[in-house]
Amino acid sequence: MKARPPTFSKFRDVQAELERSGAAIYHSADGEESLVIRYPYSINYIHSYAEDSPFFLGLADGRLRGSRCTQKRCRFVFGTPRSHCMVCGAPTEWIDLPTNGRLHSWTTCHFGSEAFLKETPYNLALVEFEGVGSLLLVRLKDAVESELYVGMPVEARFDPAPKYSITDVWFVPRR
Amino acid sequence: MVTGGVTKFAKAHPSMDFRLMVKRAYDYALKGIPNLTADRIDGTRISYFSDHFSRQLKAASMVQDYLGMNPKGSVRIEWGGATGGECFQAAYEAVASGRMDVCLAAGYETMSRVATWKGNEFIALASDTNFDFPLGGFYTGYYALMVVRHIYEYLRLRRFADVKDEREAQRLAIAEGSRIMSMVSVKNHLNALHNPYAQYPKRLTVDDVLRSEMISYPLTREQICTMSDGAAVTVLCDEARAREFTDRPIRVTGVGCGTDTMRLADRPFGRVPLLPHESAADYADLPYPGVHSFRAGRAAGREAYRMAGITDPNRELDFIELHDAYASSEIQTYEDLGLCRYGEGYSFVERGDPFLKGIDYGFPTPRAGAIPVNPSGGLIACGHPVGATGLMQAVFAFWQLQGTVRRHFGDGTLQLPKPRRGAIHSHAGTGSSVTVSILERGFR
Repeated sequence: MKARPPTFSKFRDVQAELERSGAAIYHSADGEESLVIRYPYSINYIHSYAEDSPFFLGLADGRLRGSRCTQKRCRFVFGTPRSHCMVCGAPTEWIDLPTNGRLHSWTTCHFGSEAFLKETPYNLALVEFEGVGSLLLVRLKDAVESELYVGMPVEARFDPAPKYSITDVWFVPRR
Repeated sequence: MVTGGVTKFAKAHPSMDFRLMVKRAYDYALKGIPNLTADRIDGTRISYFSDHFSRQLKAASMVQDYLGMNPKGSVRIEWGGATGGECFQAAYEAVASGRMDVCLAAGYETMSRVATWKGNEFIALASDTNFDFPLGGFYTGYYALMVVRHIYEYLRLRRFADVKDEREAQRLAIAEGSRIMSMVSVKNHLNALHNPYAQYPKRLTVDDVLRSEMISYPLTREQICTMSDGAAVTVLCDEARAREFTDRPIRVTGVGCGTDTMRLADRPFGRVPLLPHESAADYADLPYPGVHSFRAGRAAGREAYRMAGITDPNRELDFIELHDAYASSEIQTYEDLGLCRYGEGYSFVERGDPFLKGIDYGFPTPRAGAIPVNPSGGLIACGHPVGATGLMQAVFAFWQLQGTVRRHFGDGTLQLPKPRRGAIHSHAGTGSSVTVSILERGFR
């Protein structure tokens, strides 16, 4: 017969035990015992960028693309491309965005989701482009918290070894 | 609304699974109302946010099952952080449409099932996974982006307009904004000292909040709500049955819901949709909403106020339970809900309007009691088990309006003097959907 898993009255200790052996018993203040187990869960998704694909293929070619509404009376320009216009619903066409912009807002993340914890601290920035009606969210590199400000001029850099992700583009301060 | 119940929100409840948590809140709600037995309930609306946290699809069916509600009608409600608020409105609609006479709204979340930073990852999957999530998707980061811009619009350009050096001016403005956000955090944690259901009641100073760990600049740990396990339920019914169940029913007199773009980057720069007490001249040069304000909150407020006949919310509401996932978004939301004009959120805090009278917060609050916001302690201090949160607000607001806070909390400090009308506000994503519901005392 297998031995009972060890018992703890602090949930933190339960969690530590789960990492060691995969099972523990939690003993609550009112005397109840709860058996707690740990199991993994991982998945590979098959994800199509579908109508957003030209944007991500563009990044791999060192091109930053937005989109522009084809309706003559609208012509809204999107800094994050949309294949149909948010304002009037007409189809949009692909355009090249300027690779220079300014910080609309910014932050430095000292924590993050588990997947990104090892990259902290990192900067997130919303970039605005001259003549473009909406923004683009990016990583901002080669700059520390104390240098950043709203309105700061920035420019795009592209990953020479593309991963086909939004992280293939990032911005740095324009020097 | 005739009754409600809440479990104590906690980091983890290893001795209760989601079914038992909801059952405890449900039993509490029914306990005080002898005429309201399970057979009088026509159906349910059940809310939880994340299938990732549950790793049990169709978990709402298991709640329905555990409560013994089969074969009555039920549906699961999910709408991000506003899941609980939507569930409340779904139950309202079930009754208002005549489909049900009595509807149970029940919600829960069990977020302790993964480590905190994995939980942050699940929540960040509620951002665009093509364009936003892979950058380091992190909700505190998104809210930091929004408040940095809010501070720029309203503190940099107004309070520090005469500072020449741009970096210096923005640093001063952020320091000022951080100090004021910390006052909100102090308020909510301190109010919660008198709420036995709260997860993190504590006495803090502005300096304590400022010095707590930096999570995403400029937001610190104490300005941010936490992961929780918890459940909450409410029962809504038509007026005839309400009078039969209780002599202190609360009327739902307004419901509103608004939405906005999933991506922050897509938010437009247009005009402010005005509330009745505002004029276009107030905001002549204000690009709206940008990333500094929540158009969804404004839209939800407008719809709910119109239905309830409210023309000046600051004067006509006695309190608000507001979705303060971040101290920053509480301040931004004061403006969206018209408690003050856009741009006045910071001075609204400094004047003391959203504070409770009779509590010493450690700094002056001259207008305390004007319109208490989060008298319960809000999400920052009570916790945020997503699917339960909006319903928790409904329950706390219900007890306020009934005048039964002392009975349920064992402490009457948070009971407002005869409140007549309150609002509950539930908010999702980066403001991609928001609900506002108006509750009023339905008895003399």
